Amino acid sequence: GWWGRGCIMREVRSEAPGPELRHIFHYGFLTIHFWSIMLTFPTHFNNFTFQEAAKYNKKVMVLDFVTPTPLGTRWGLGGTCVNVGCIPKKLMHQAALLGQALRDSRNYGWNVEEMVKHDWEKMTEAVQNHIGSLNWGYRVALREKKVTYENTTNNKGKEKIYSAEKFLIATGERPRYLDIPGDKEYCISSDDLFSLPYCPGKTLVVGASYVALECAGFLAGIGLDVTVMVRSILLRGFDQDMANKIGEHMEEHGVKFIKQFVPIKVIFLLTVTIYLIFQVLLAIGRDACTRKIGLETVGVKINEKTGKIPVTDEEQTNVPYIYAIGDILEGKLELTPVAIQAGRLLAQRLYGGSTCDYENVPTTVFTPLEYGACGLSEENAVEKFGEENIEVYHSYFWPLEWTIPSRDNNKCYAKIICNIKDNERVVGFHVLGPNAGEVTQGFAAALKCGLTKQQLDSTIGIHPVCAEVVSEMSALRPGRMF
Amino acid sequence: MDSVPPFPGQSCLPLAMVRQPPGSGPQTWPGSPFSPLTPSPAGRQGYDLLVIGGGSGGLACAKEGTYPVSHHCGTRWGLGGTCVNVGCIPKKLMHQAALLGGMIRDAPHYGWEVPPLVPHDWKMAEAVQNHVKSLNWGHRVQLQDRKVKYFNIKASFVNEHMVCGVTKDGKEVRARWPEGIEGALEYGITSDDIFWLKESPGKTPPLADVALECAGFLTGLGLDATVMVRSIPLRGFDQQMSSLVTEYMASHGTRFLRGCTPSRVGRLPDGQLQVTWEDLASGKKDVGTFDTVLWAIGRVPETRSLHLENAGVNTHPNSQKILVDAGEATSVPHIYAIGDVAEGRPELTPPAVMAGKLLARRLCGQSSDLMDYDNVPTTVFTPLEYGCVGLSEEEAVARHGEEHVEVYHAYYKPLEFTVAERDASQCYIKMVCLREPPQLVLGLHFLGPNAGEVTQGFALGIKCGASYAQVMRTLGIHPTCAEEVAKLRITKRSGLDPTVTGC
Repeated sequence: GWWGRGCIMREVRSEAPGPELRHIFHYGFLTIHFWSIMLTFPTHFNNFTFQEAAKYNKKVMVLDFVTPTPLGTRWGLGGTCVNVGCIPKKLMHQAALLGQALRDSRNYGWNVEEMVKHDWEKMTEAVQNHIGSLNWGYRVALREKKVTYENTTNNKGKEKIYSAEKFLIATGERPRYLDIPGDKEYCISSDDLFSLPYCPGKTLVVGASYVALECAGFLAGIGLDVTVMVRSILLRGFDQDMANKIGEHMEEHGVKFIKQFVPIKVIFLLTVTIYLIFQVLLAIGRDACTRKIGLETVGVKINEKTGKIPVTDEEQTNVPYIYAIGDILEGKLELTPVAIQAGRLLAQRLYGGSTCDYENVPTTVFTPLEYGACGLSEENAVEKFGEENIEVYHSYFWPLEWTIPSRDNNKCYAKIICNIKDNERVVGFHVLGPNAGEVTQGFAAALKCGLTKQQLDSTIGIHPVCAEVVSEMSALRPGRMF
Repeated sequence: MDSVPPFPGQSCLPLAMVRQPPGSGPQTWPGSPFSPLTPSPAGRQGYDLLVIGGGSGGLACAKEGTYPVSHHCGTRWGLGGTCVNVGCIPKKLMHQAALLGGMIRDAPHYGWEVPPLVPHDWKMAEAVQNHVKSLNWGHRVQLQDRKVKYFNIKASFVNEHMVCGVTKDGKEVRARWPEGIEGALEYGITSDDIFWLKESPGKTPPLADVALECAGFLTGLGLDATVMVRSIPLRGFDQQMSSLVTEYMASHGTRFLRGCTPSRVGRLPDGQLQVTWEDLASGKKDVGTFDTVLWAIGRVPETRSLHLENAGVNTHPNSQKILVDAGEATSVPHIYAIGDVAEGRPELTPPAVMAGKLLARRLCGQSSDLMDYDNVPTTVFTPLEYGCVGLSEEEAVARHGEEHVEVYHAYYKPLEFTVAERDASQCYIKMVCLREPPQLVLGLHFLGPNAGEVTQGFALGIKCGASYAQVMRTLGIHPTCAEEVAKLRITKRSGLDPTVTGC
């Protein structure tokens, strides 16, 4: 028999009676873990803040500590993005894309085997090596800019006291756990996934955030059996039309979805069964690391419910000499580039002389079918301007490269949302297709310049690329090939 | 009709053809004079608009206006013109095949158990040709849907309003053939042929610009390719970018023979070709053996066989292209010309398509919008792709003076190259701006993967009059290559190291 873990779930209903046992998933591996308090101080954007501040000949110190996960995972300088976020995510997404490329290549004349196996350990080793080089790069950059760096914590080992004129809190967030029996003992989070020393195998991903879908996506892409458990909707906060298309595409490519269920217990089982799940990945949200750093001592107010810190437009907390940036801010976008920009500008303001522009921040979800967006979702545009005042132009398209392998015809999609009252100004841009991030970036710049539909129509497309679809869209007309 | 000497193995290139019973002679179609403002009434003999040429421009115009048209259909390829049959489409597909070769080499770094040397089979060409044929078919269907009459004839002007058409299996050259090189015609092929070859071209030296793209994918497929360049590659493009493009190709297996011209091509007893060339600087002659010689030294328009002089349409004495005004009209008011055949126009599909559509709308009286040929974005699909929009650095300096131009630039490394241990030395971006605030962006140049995808959106920004300040206020999408454009900080003038550090 196998040592197994079982996940017992409950169906979500509007008037929920008691729990309902529907499925049990079994999986192997028991791990010993430590549990301790989490405090991550500088994330990678902070390096820019400190480097920027150091430009003005200010004495700057960075305090950083990563509390290990329940599984015991830790990492070096750079924060979430570098260690357990954007970077390893994109690399593993790339690994999955390469799997698809291997399959396509046969249609293009390459004599590749039909079934190619994937080695998890080899991939994670390569990813971790790259991350290591980035950690090192940041250490060197701080040294060059004469920023003092200390790897510290507030509850282990010797205590040291530091003082400063101004403080910047940039502690970021860590994944949330479910608070159900067995969650910390038997489940992992994205904090563990990117350095997991063994292949996760058959995986249950709990959550419907972009973290959940991106992870589920690349795990499936490298050949694993993946199920996603979703409490209600996918990608809350994103354009739902696009979110559903993403989910559909994942389903068509083998990812299973269990909708409207939540786990209520994760147990350890010893049993023989044909269903074996080796890992449960929790991706249900992230919590700000603001509870245990003594903010109450200095009187910094936080939102008690979310843990996030409300700040002014200049990133100042209620205590004048204490600032905060990044994911811990209330009401701000949880994105690396936003944090970097804010950090840089903050240093400039404090020691030099501008506020960050948070309008129309572009983003990309690196699901198997990538989704790039800038501006308003269709729902938000309708809410803001009224349905009769917006015009939606859209088109399906088939990337030329997918024609030969006959892949996913009519799945890629782009839409722009225009405000009729304001000269048909483009208020939202959405694209679903390969290299969505590369496509979207330039559009974000155009939106920043106040792009109108007419200007879009008079711009000539580059041929043959996916991005040119925008020069061929019409209201409610279906896309055509080529 | 003038007879054109047939070239063995050459593609036929009529401009317009009429399908007619075999054995019958030429027919004439009286065209109807019409005013652009009032479409001619139905039932009149003749056509409102006769489109000669069924390529990107011609089809776009025909479909937009739903005028009956006579279209071209080559005996070697179908409806759709250069782009579909022997240009953008097959080129990009073969480029993709080569890129996939690169991905196969990357895959083991990412954990995929692929053997180190994977062979490539030229049977890929069949898949490409099948796709092209499906597009030919698609165009036929679309014309039918729009009730556009399609004739498979070779047309030429009899007078201002009459066009004469012949079906023939005559052959007409499209790609330029070198003159005065012995053996060039018998033994060489052009881009018109390479996409239709049944067998691998083997060891190949192409010459010139389309040359770089072809040499690029041939190398990527594992073939031994040499590029012979008389003077500079990618003439007309930003020369710094052009040299980075060729540097990348050279460091990835393509051989370059610079400053050389071929003088002779001969067939060896074993079937291979022997090429003799001269180094223009030293005068030294050299010899090499190849399986295929691919001429990519430029393209010429199909104007001679049109007998434009019969209609009074003027052409440029050197290029043979048709002279047009801002409204695409020729020297004869009711005769228009768009696309590659028109003088001074970018030789690209999308402007031709848009010009065709706008022209049709103007002719129907639906609009008076003229085509804007400024800031046309484009991408060269060399192994490391090069996307650009707006002015090259040289053009900007020539127009505004060096003191008034600021160039922001950066060498960056695509994240995907890191684990794959790929060389990113030529991954480079530069933005050419006016120096005076707000620093209007004059041109953007991007060298890296997916260059076309990156450039398209920024082309929109430039159309909106983007300034450097606006681009810098745009937040980046992380992690992508495109975000590096929004992070350009180092100027050439500063002399600082433009290499991006950090993740």
